[in-house]
Amino acid sequence: MQEWNLIQQPGTWELLIEFWSFEDMNALWVLMGSILLGMSASVIGGFAFLRKRSLIGDALAHAALPGVMMAFLLFQTRDPLVMFLGALTSSFIGFFLIDWLPKNTKIKPDTALAITLSFFFALGLMLLSHIQGLQVENKSGLDKILFGQAAAMTQQDITLLAYVTVFILVAVTAFFQKFRLIAFSAIYARSLGVPVALYELLLALLIVMSVVVGLQLVGVVLMAAVLLTPIAAARFWSDQLTTILFLSAFFGALSALISTQISYLAPAMPTGPWMVVSLASLFLLSLLFAPSRGLIKRYWQQRQLRQKVSEENVLRTLYKLYERRQFEQNDFNIADIQALRSMPTDMLKDTLKHLCKKQMIRESMRGFCLSKEGLEIATQLTRRHRLWENYLNQYMDLPADQVHSQAERIEHILTQEQEWQLEAELKNRKSDPHGNPIPENTEGMSRDK
Amino acid sequence: MTQTTRPSPISVNNLNMRYQYKPVLTDVSFEIPEGKTIAIVGPNGAGKSTLLKGIMGLEPLMEGEVKFFGEPLAQKRLATAYVPQREEIDWDFPIKVMDVVLMGRHGQLKLWQRPSKLDHEIAEQALKDLQMWEFKDRQISQLSGGQQQRVFLARALAQQASLYLMDEPFAGVDVATEKAIIELFKNLKAQGKTIVCVHHDLNTVGEYFDWIIFINARLVAAGPVESVLTKENLNKTYGGRLSLLNDLTEQMYRTRLNQAHKHD
Repeated sequence: MQEWNLIQQPGTWELLIEFWSFEDMNALWVLMGSILLGMSASVIGGFAFLRKRSLIGDALAHAALPGVMMAFLLFQTRDPLVMFLGALTSSFIGFFLIDWLPKNTKIKPDTALAITLSFFFALGLMLLSHIQGLQVENKSGLDKILFGQAAAMTQQDITLLAYVTVFILVAVTAFFQKFRLIAFSAIYARSLGVPVALYELLLALLIVMSVVVGLQLVGVVLMAAVLLTPIAAARFWSDQLTTILFLSAFFGALSALISTQISYLAPAMPTGPWMVVSLASLFLLSLLFAPSRGLIKRYWQQRQLRQKVSEENVLRTLYKLYERRQFEQNDFNIADIQALRSMPTDMLKDTLKHLCKKQMIRESMRGFCLSKEGLEIATQLTRRHRLWENYLNQYMDLPADQVHSQAERIEHILTQEQEWQLEAELKNRKSDPHGNPIPENTEGMSRDK
Repeated sequence: MTQTTRPSPISVNNLNMRYQYKPVLTDVSFEIPEGKTIAIVGPNGAGKSTLLKGIMGLEPLMEGEVKFFGEPLAQKRLATAYVPQREEIDWDFPIKVMDVVLMGRHGQLKLWQRPSKLDHEIAEQALKDLQMWEFKDRQISQLSGGQQQRVFLARALAQQASLYLMDEPFAGVDVATEKAIIELFKNLKAQGKTIVCVHHDLNTVGEYFDWIIFINARLVAAGPVESVLTKENLNKTYGGRLSLLNDLTEQMYRTRLNQAHKHD
């Protein structure tokens, strides 16, 4: 083992240099081909994703297997075009079966999909083992379409792949408007008189084509991941469909680059799994780090909100204490605050520290007191809280003892405009349902601006 | 009379629809007048939306035919605009308001054609008519329910049709949107256009509409508000289905009698 490593490692490095100096034209072709495939599969898979037919690509890829085997058995050749047409035929038979079963029987679409997928795959595996028992030429390498093997691709394979993928990309660009219309609302598209069935067939054809040319690179089993993972990852980054599609094409291309590279360096490695693993890593990165939808950002926002809420709660508690002492005593210690507001001591101390730093409160020997800014905000919060209590009381007929907990939450999100709207719609603007006075609007209420 | 010189915007003749073997609508026939606002009214599950979809050819008819201005729909496609129910859409779909409204122009665009400058101007006017122009670059997921409805109406307006079929445009919208829709109806009527709406609010039906079609799995009554908005019709419409009609029609579908017994 040790020895093997020692021999292998410099070899890898040399191979890498050799690859990137493009001495090996075949490697370059494979690279170009797989990048094109990654792009076209991600883009066409994007529409399957948007139409919520994500699994159709998986079923179609599995359905292609018996077609490839039959084509080989019938014509005894590995000519890429023959293989392509064989796969296309059996994929399409699968597609019509998936479409026909739910419409004409009691079988639901998901069942139709699962039955078709496993039946065709089983058929393909049977034919494959049959072929491997035969004494025919060229049969080696047929099993590579299960998991994909970029290194095994011939010049002819790549040429066909290039034609087909470029055709797919051009078709998607040309029909983008109609595909988007149908993905958004097929019913509305039909009401416009758009021939929806025709476009759906075209879309299916494009998916089948990209699946079939992808078999040698990615393999039957994992093709669905290449159709869907790029768009799923790209969805985290943008709300603009064109941006999402470009981004998913980029992800597809990047994963193709990585996996072909690895397949070149270690020819025993299947390309498909590497492509899917690199796509999954891109997905994971998007899930975590995407600027507005990523988990980390969401967690951060949640934390900010929680902090804002506890700060505002403490400010309001200080106001209430202040109010209870007839606005004469204004400093209160932690025990005073906790008597009115249940909050874990650590959290309370933390919040008080934050408020001190923001100069909303001041710390003195006797405890904490509201600063001028702190008092303003606390007054405003109390005002909004009590206005909302009145609103609930007046319009929803909630009794006084039920309005408080609702208002506890709403006070944090009410805006200045909503406050004015509340004022306009309320009969009583002087006191809340508990009889507490509603403080007047003070100067400098610009917190929401 | 106008009816004799110009065919009705929609004439429904002996329309029958079913869901699997369950009858949804049985023998519905009516004609509507041009340039009016018409409400389709009935209880939940009465088949109001199904009727609209059947008229638009979006769900199959078991029997019967629908004529638009005396012709089949294919001849009058561009004269007809359909506004689906708001709930039927995935509002998380990544698309901007303007692009949704531009979809209304696709009936006129061929294959790969993109909306032209003129199409953009028409969409702009439609958005302005519904006070949604300032939202044109907004993602649809960020709209409120009422704003979503106004986008749908703007899209229908961009079709520049003369007949509008709307599925519950007033459902779950705010006061501002309700006012905007009423205003839109007024403008469309002033241009002689016809509006057919599925409507669920009996309190407003007399005020917002000129004509009512009462439906409950069958046609109960159809006519001008003054003459059909009566206690008797309301009782008939909301008083439950005719169970014998329902059961026997279902049995007819199960036995496929309607195929065995061809008449006419």
